[in-house]
Amino acid sequence: MSTLRTLNYDAIVIGGGGAGMRAALQLTESGVKTACITKVFPTRSHTVSAQGGITCAIASADPNDDWRWHMYDTVKGSDYIGDQDAIEYMCSVGPQAVFELDHMGLPFSRTEEGRIYQRPFGGQSKGPDNPTQAARTCAAADRTGHALLHALYQGNLKGGTTFLNEWYAVDLVKNQKGAVVGVIAICIETGETVYVKAKATVMATGGAGRIYQSTTNALINTGDGMGMALRAGFPGQDMEMWQFHPTGIYGAGTLVTEGCRGEGGYLINSEGERFMERYAPNAKDLAGRDVVARSMVLEILEGRGCGPNKDHVLLKLDHLGEETLNLRLPGICELSKTFAHVDPVKAPIPVVPTCHYMMGGIPTTIGGEAITQDANGQDQVVDGLYACGEAACVSVHGANRLGGNSLLDLVVFGRAAGLQIEKALQEGVSHDDASESDIEVALSRLDRLNSSTSGESMAEVKAELQKTMQLYFGVFREGESMQKGLKLLDELGERIKNVHLEDKSQAFNTARIEALELDNLFEVAYATAVSAEERKESRGAHARNDFTERDDDNWLKHSMYFPTEKRVGKRDVNFSPKTVEAFPPKVRSY
Amino acid sequence: MLVSIYRYNPEKDQTPYMQDINIDIPEGKDLMVLDVLHLLKEQDPSVTYRRSCREGVCGSDGLNMNGKNGLACITPLSEVVKRNKLVIRPLPGLPVIRDLVVDMSMFYKQYEKIKPFLINDTPPPAIERLQSPEDREKLDGLYECILCACCSTACPSFWWNPDKFVGPSGLLQAYRFLADSRDTATNERLAELDDPFSVFRCRGIMNCVSVCPKGLNPTKAIGHIRSMLMQRST
Amino acid sequence: MVASVTSLGRNGLYDWLIQRVSAVVLAAYSLFLLGYLVCSPETTYEQWSALFENTLMRIFSLLALISLAAHAWVGLWTISTDYIKPTGLRFLFQAACGIVMFAYVAWGIQVIWGL
Repeated sequence: MSTLRTLNYDAIVIGGGGAGMRAALQLTESGVKTACITKVFPTRSHTVSAQGGITCAIASADPNDDWRWHMYDTVKGSDYIGDQDAIEYMCSVGPQAVFELDHMGLPFSRTEEGRIYQRPFGGQSKGPDNPTQAARTCAAADRTGHALLHALYQGNLKGGTTFLNEWYAVDLVKNQKGAVVGVIAICIETGETVYVKAKATVMATGGAGRIYQSTTNALINTGDGMGMALRAGFPGQDMEMWQFHPTGIYGAGTLVTEGCRGEGGYLINSEGERFMERYAPNAKDLAGRDVVARSMVLEILEGRGCGPNKDHVLLKLDHLGEETLNLRLPGICELSKTFAHVDPVKAPIPVVPTCHYMMGGIPTTIGGEAITQDANGQDQVVDGLYACGEAACVSVHGANRLGGNSLLDLVVFGRAAGLQIEKALQEGVSHDDASESDIEVALSRLDRLNSSTSGESMAEVKAELQKTMQLYFGVFREGESMQKGLKLLDELGERIKNVHLEDKSQAFNTARIEALELDNLFEVAYATAVSAEERKESRGAHARNDFTERDDDNWLKHSMYFPTEKRVGKRDVNFSPKTVEAFPPKVRSY
Repeated sequence: MLVSIYRYNPEKDQTPYMQDINIDIPEGKDLMVLDVLHLLKEQDPSVTYRRSCREGVCGSDGLNMNGKNGLACITPLSEVVKRNKLVIRPLPGLPVIRDLVVDMSMFYKQYEKIKPFLINDTPPPAIERLQSPEDREKLDGLYECILCACCSTACPSFWWNPDKFVGPSGLLQAYRFLADSRDTATNERLAELDDPFSVFRCRGIMNCVSVCPKGLNPTKAIGHIRSMLMQRST
Repeated sequence: MVASVTSLGRNGLYDWLIQRVSAVVLAAYSLFLLGYLVCSPETTYEQWSALFENTLMRIFSLLALISLAAHAWVGLWTISTDYIKPTGLRFLFQAACGIVMFAYVAWGIQVIWGL
């Protein structure tokens, strides 16, 4: 134990995706001694897969565009459990964050005026009184995430950020007072275990889509940050809220951007009918993602699915013409040919709703400070712990995220967390050092794994976990089946505690990393299951067959999952934006 | 199908070796090479490789498959397997850390050398820096690079001088910033490239073009850099 | 920027240009000689030596000779930096190439101008 090397920083950012790199850049530029710990080389992070764009009222497509309209759309999209102060902050600060990206070099597509090209995306309007489709999503062709992630990495290279590339964070280190004082991390290449000590620890570890069998998420999206936080006893907020993206390529799960429908593509069933006209007469294919995904599943359940098994629908793009497709959606044409063996210029792409995004996460303030509740249910900031991006739940997405808002979330709240930490450090932060036993606690999981002599096969339990989540906690949920799913998860939990690591070598041992990731997947899956069972209503992405209506009397609330007691509590939604009037809950229709 | 895979664990093996494994491929589905690696890892968890997005945009799983560099996740078996055999090796020319994982620091160092970030010495406007669609079009075929290193590790010039020759990937990026109308450091950038190694070690072999999984053309970009150097000096 | 003291132009563009220009000269010279031989298949010794006593031809030959030396130098220098990694050995090889190249040029001048 005493041989453990300690690295010392003022701030560490765990995760080298969009949010993590934006936070790291902010901190480095303000002179804070920072390291960004990332389990893959930064440009391999999942932000790279984002396609359609970053939604923001920069008033390029429409000179009269207003961030308040964007705010309204986001509140409505969240099915009214997005915190309005946070949404207000995101939408109003957004343009500045997007312009910064341009100045950093992000190669946005352009309009004739030389401004950033904006395309229509789902759920966009021109305010509460004007449901006209807006075009508010800033795009770099259909490779916006790639362009954004590379621009941020480049910005960090310019700024001189310290990266610990291919280092894996295992568990948080908490001192006796419950403050987070760093993490235990493994250098994957050498296998060395290190205590990375910091005054501020930022979780920017992204999502956990790999808890599901079918997901658009990268193989690395294993909810490491959420898992670490839950294991450390901190709560998860709105964990039942998982977005199923309407258009994942059938069979492969790879994402096909909503931008396809923004550019004029639409969904058809086996009868060739544009069925979204029935479900959302006004917005049609550009209704909220939850609405479109559910409509697709209903079409399939009612026997109007396509293919020999009638288990998917088709996304029609050929009417847009080869030129538009090559200009605006070149990446989609490539992906479709590779994974669906279909050329969108000639034939429609087979698609199916696929797990895409975790709306829930570590609850935080606008400045990224992690929140828990005290005995009286009052918010309490966790000392030393911050979160941003998909790992966090600020909450700007509530029960359903709008397309293009995740990239905005990354840069706005990555930056905000950086600013907040800078301020906190200036005011002076000092935590008690972690004791030997505190560090032992954080090492215990790794120690168990390294000394395992027999037990369960990792691949097997992982597959079962994913199957269970897919089957019992998918697009439509039901009390009884969720309870059955929970029971299966309980059993799986026991097996996962007993996973055996055969290969104990040090150098680049990916089997060890995967075993550690499996624990995180389970933590997130379990939190999802308990929260989903508890929320007895249908709201946003959480659709229950036994409680089909939204219940504002009881559930206009965030759910808070407390891992120690495996209990779900509630937390008030913020309805107090600073500069505008709050948008009161209304019936949500598109 | 017979898979012959390059194995090396520095803690156990004196030298690398090729391991032959027979593997059942499910019928009726054209698996990607990455799927085969998953199957292998299920059998033997010590098989080591990098992977992330599994859709060809993150650039983690650049490998040498039946002699040609490419991304395992978007290379279908039908495209590479010859006589029911698949030979998987790490990217050539870089030090092997373990199995299919190579040490890419040399590759990244060359990328960093070309200052891969926008430099503009005028104060930024309150909005974005304007750029015409025509100027933006010049970046197409350049900014899409995913840093997978398939090109640079297929380049003999990079094999011989990985410390001095920037390599196709880095040069593609160098031109991406030279071509950006928002960048004002053209002269400084060109001055940095005007030595006998950085750019001019390219001998137009064009392996880079033939392996690039994103269909990019580094040789063309290098040609553009040479023209810019010519214009600057004559 | 990779500094290099042994390259001919000490600058990539210069070396690159030398190699291209010298290649053009060598191509032109070869084509000329080939053309001459094809057009006059039964060339006698007198005709041949008359051709080379012509001042223009002497200039052209000298140009080709210098081009050959420069071309070879750049090429061999490049090859040496590709394949010979030990510095001492590489320097020796380059020095040897330099001496040989110089000797050929000096000797060639003597032959062409009949000194």
